[in-house]
Formats: sequence, structure tokens, C-alpha cells
Amino acid sequence: MNNLIEIKGITHAYKTAAGPLPVLDDLNLSIPEGGFCAVVGPSGCGKSTLTRLIAGLMFPDEGEVWLHGQRVRSPRSSVGMAFQNPVLLEWRTILDNVILPLEIVAPRMPKAKKEERARELLAMVGLQDFANKRPSELSGGMRQRASLCRSLVHKPDILILDEPFGALDAFTREDLWQLMHQLRAEEPFTALLITHDLRESVYLADQVVVLSGRPATTQFVLDIDVSGPRPIDMLYSTQSVEWLAQLREQIKIAQGRGGRKRAAA
Amino acid sequence: MTTSELQKVVSPVLAILIFVALWEFWVWYMGWPTYKMAAPSDLWPAFWEYRELFAINAWQTLWRTVVGLGLAVVVGTVLGMIMGLSRVMNDALYPLLVGFNAIPKATVVPVVALVFIGQHDFNTILIAFMISFFPISVSVAIGLSTLEPEYRDILRSLGASRFTVFWKIALPKTLPEFFGALKVAVTLAFIGTNLVEIVTPHGRGLGSLFDSGRIASNYPLMFAVLIALALLGILLYYIVVALERIFAGWAERRPT
Repeated sequence: MNNLIEIKGITHAYKTAAGPLPVLDDLNLSIPEGGFCAVVGPSGCGKSTLTRLIAGLMFPDEGEVWLHGQRVRSPRSSVGMAFQNPVLLEWRTILDNVILPLEIVAPRMPKAKKEERARELLAMVGLQDFANKRPSELSGGMRQRASLCRSLVHKPDILILDEPFGALDAFTREDLWQLMHQLRAEEPFTALLITHDLRESVYLADQVVVLSGRPATTQFVLDIDVSGPRPIDMLYSTQSVEWLAQLREQIKIAQGRGGRKRAAA
Repeated sequence: MTTSELQKVVSPVLAILIFVALWEFWVWYMGWPTYKMAAPSDLWPAFWEYRELFAINAWQTLWRTVVGLGLAVVVGTVLGMIMGLSRVMNDALYPLLVGFNAIPKATVVPVVALVFIGQHDFNTILIAFMISFFPISVSVAIGLSTLEPEYRDILRSLGASRFTVFWKIALPKTLPEFFGALKVAVTLAFIGTNLVEIVTPHGRGLGSLFDSGRIASNYPLMFAVLIALALLGILLYYIVVALERIFAGWAERRPT
């Protein structure tokens, strides 16, 4: 039982004017320490709800979320988050944006120490020359790199990525995928990635979880069993193509237009 | 100085000169005496004759406007915060505020003057405040309530308090909207002050100087007061612009 994240049978419904709207139904998930789990599923199936539950920003109606052997009952400083929208603060420089989590988590750390740590990360993602620029002076890909630095600056136990590469062009996206592997090699972390991109999930994750349509439950789990480095060509191997086909089929089922259902009709 | 900088100075000055020349020409062409209409050349003698009154009354108008505006900033921001952070309070207060703002302040002046009879300073400040707090509270409320949830989540997920989120993110993010509203509010507060000075038997401020010019049919004096009011209004406006540069300069698009 060496799992960093353990999600046990969570069920959740939003209260709306038209009555309860169930989004998650008996969802189970576990990620080992240092693991990288990708969650894919039809849009609107409750993936973002899942991230908020793990971050302790919301609590499930039923079921439990465990982090590091402790039940999540409130937000915790050991979580890092990055979103599709990089949400950098326009009035701060890139360096001061990256420092932000340290101001909350380690308010007493000397400013020089905070800056040193932030610069170290900025150098890792190739933004060392942009530390004193404003977010508006950076491209979309660079802003997302800065956002990743911010989510990692306080060395979180778990990194929650909610479609961080979704709004980027295809080449920038591939660059950032490779960057994620580099970052993981230099500073191991445990990650949960929400994505709509099956290639992204296969390239980045050790474990891909397919959620069913709303209310979401764990429909299918695929282990991506690749040891050693992952060059981008990995995506064109026979094995990867097979995985992608499998995931594609599962998504169709989740969307309610899978082969099996159609055969039944 | 480059040509574009020169152009920035020369073109507005030229526009003002042409305007003044046309005005002068018009009065001369119609052959109006000063008790019917003043020409620009009549204004400076009028100003110089009453220069002491101008100095005293400009100061009166200025300090009341600034105090009224300061009150509007404090109360408007607090109201905006309450409405921006709580849906219930927003729903409850919004119609009240809109209704309050819809009442023409000229009708409130006699009411206030009757209720607080003789309290000229207080009345003037009160009207300047009442006329100018509305845009501030609305813009702060909108700025706070339209904060994208992700901005909140990056700090909330680390266990930051609501106050920290407000202080580090919501407040600075609202500053450009706040200053936009302050530019409107400063002009409104100025109108409010003058309104009271003209409408009530006040005896203080540029508004009352204007009124004594009116009673004496002294058009040069009246126009000189209008020019003084315009200059004072420009001064107040650019003070707000300078503050905006300092505190929300990051929101300005740099020419690329």
C-alpha cells in the first residue's frame, strides 16, 4: 500500500435548480509515489471536479480521498496546480509569479532563497532570460512554462495538471511534453493529468484512466509499460498505436456510441 | 524633442488657440457688450481684479471636492467589496444603489441643506460624496465578482485564507477598473461641490463666485470662473491619471 493518492469510491453530485446533478459515481483511483496518471474521458464528465476534490477545494458526498496516508479534509500546501489558462498575475514579473506559492507555504523563507529556487526552475524550462519580464510580454507556450514552474516551486507531493497543454499549438505542445519528462527526471514528482489528448496521455503517463460519461466512474485502466527515456518517436511504435486504438475504443464506449452498444441497438 | 513629441504638444495648443480666436472673433463680429457676452480678452482683467477671491474660493472648492471624493473611495470600495464577494448582498443592494444613483442630485441639495442647516462644509462634502461613490462601488463589485475561479484556486489549493486571496490577487486585479471609475468619480465629485456652492446660499467656493458674477451680470467674471473650474478639473483628473500610472501602470499596453 505505497500509494500516494488513494481515491476510494467517491460519489458527488452538484446541487442545481433542477435537482441534483450527479457527476462522479463510485470512482476509484490510485497513484503510486512518483507515478504519472493521466485521466481521459468525454467532455463534461467531471474530470475537473476530480481535481478539485484531490486538492481539497471541495469534498465528495460519499467516499474518501487519501493523500500520503492522510484523509484530505482541507486544502494542503503539498499540492501544485496548473490549468489550461496559465493564470499568471499581470502585475508581477515572471520571477515574482513563480515565487507566489512560496509566499503562502513558506512566508518566512528569505526573499533571496525564494528567488534562487524560482530561478533554478526557470532555468530548467529555458526561461532564465525572462525572469524580469511581465507575462504579457511572453508567448502562450512560455507563459505555460512559467505556470508549470509556479506549480512546482514549493516541491509539491502531487502535481495536478488540468489540461495545461490544451490551448497550445501542436509543436509547442510536443516541446512541453518533452519538458515534462525532463522535469520529472530532475525533480521527481507524482502527477495527475487531466487531458483530452490520447497521444498526450500515452506519451506522458504510466497509467491512463478512462472515465465513463457523466456520472463518471472508472471505466478502464491502461498501464503504459515503458521503461527508460521516451523520445517523441515512441508515439509511432506499434505498441503505442495499439494502446491508442484501445483507448479510442474505450472513449467511444464512454461517449455512449461504442461498438458494443451499437451492436445491441 | 522628436517630431512626434513636438506634435503632441503643438497640436493641442494650436487647437486651443484656434478655439479662443474664433470665440473672440464671434463676440467682436456680433458687437456684444460685456453685459451680454464676454470675449476671451475680457477674462484676464476680470481674473486679475478678483485674483484674491479666486485663490480663496478655488482652495475652498478643491478641498471639499477632495474630501468628498476620498469618502466616496472608502465607502464605494467597501460597498463594492461587500457586493463583489457576496452574491446575496449583491442581489440585495444593487437595486437600492441604482435607484439612489438615479435621483438627480440637484433635488437632493435642498433636502440636505434643510436637514443639516448651516453646515455648509458638511453639506458640500456630502453631496460630492453621494454623486461620486456609485461608479466606484459598481466597478469594484464587478472586478471582484468576475475573478476567474482558477486565480482563486492557485492560492486556495495551498491553504491560503480568503483574505490572502483578496489581498494578493483580487485587489490588484481590480485596480485598473477602480482607476477607470475614479476618473469618472473625480469629475462627478467636482460637479457635486459646485452644485452646492451655486444652489445654496453658501458664500464659499468658485460656485458662489460664479453666482455673484451672475447676479451682477458680470459675464467676464462668470467666464473667468468657468475657465478656473476647467483648470481645476483638469488638475484633479491628471492627479488620478498619475496615481493610476503608479499603481496600475502594468495594465497599460506598451506600444510595440
